[in-house]
Amino acid sequence: MEPNAFMYLTVAAVMFAIGVVGVLTRRNGIVVFMCVELMLNAVNLSLITFSKMHSVAAAAGGAAANVNPAAGSMMVFFVMCVAAAEAVVGLAIVISIFRNKLHIDINDVNIFKW
Amino acid sequence: MTFDSIFQIAFFWFFAILGIAGGIGLITQKNPVMAALSLILNFFSIAGLYLSLQAEFLAVIQILVYAGAIMVLFLFVIMLLNMQDEQNQQFDVMKGLAFLLGLGFFGELLFVFNSFMGKSVSGAFPLGKVEPIGMQMMTNYLFPFEMISVVLLAALIGAIIIAKKHSYK
Repeated sequence: MEPNAFMYLTVAAVMFAIGVVGVLTRRNGIVVFMCVELMLNAVNLSLITFSKMHSVAAAAGGAAANVNPAAGSMMVFFVMCVAAAEAVVGLAIVISIFRNKLHIDINDVNIFKW
Repeated sequence: MTFDSIFQIAFFWFFAILGIAGGIGLITQKNPVMAALSLILNFFSIAGLYLSLQAEFLAVIQILVYAGAIMVLFLFVIMLLNMQDEQNQQFDVMKGLAFLLGLGFFGELLFVFNSFMGKSVSGAFPLGKVEPIGMQMMTNYLFPFEMISVVLLAALIGAIIIAKKHSYK
């Protein structure tokens, strides 16, 4: 069976669910950040799959002939840029927390808790 | 079944299984460095899946930006902070609950994606190459492209201000 859209989307869904479980269970702040990156990548994979799917359907003259086939690739590009910015700011916050508390156990970082 | 389609199937399953194995390694490894290396494995296999979808530009960007730049940043911070492995790794009620939540979320996603069963993704993809993406970026998406530079500049300045040592202490 040739790989179809559902198989790619299932792989993306598995990766996203793994990211969700990782964010909920891990206690190391940096690993939690890496799980967020994993979830962003899973969403990127599904965006490219949808883009390819609509592009193929438009080339075949289907109902999706008036979609913009560039939207998916552009979206993934901008998600990557924002993810890079997010990683930089997040790691700066992690370094700042480590400097104050000498650990980054996120169960113990609750200075905003009222 | 031709040789071409067998190769296509093998390519897909190889990178799909490798990527999921990398994700599982990320959440099960105690050592943060090993978790980061598992995530790099996952990023490479996602780049492989992009290639199989003929999105060549994004596959290259995935390896350069994610597996290259961002993960080097993560590894650099992990080794800079010299943290211990997580101690309490045994299975407790909250972790079981989180696992069930993730499983339920996965079921929901499959339920939604079920309507895309059998939709073909094999065929020409004119937007995978560098040239059409560059054309789109400089015409239709010029304003977001300029705004992303402002976002990156803001992240740069913000990271320096957050992470630097405050002199008033």
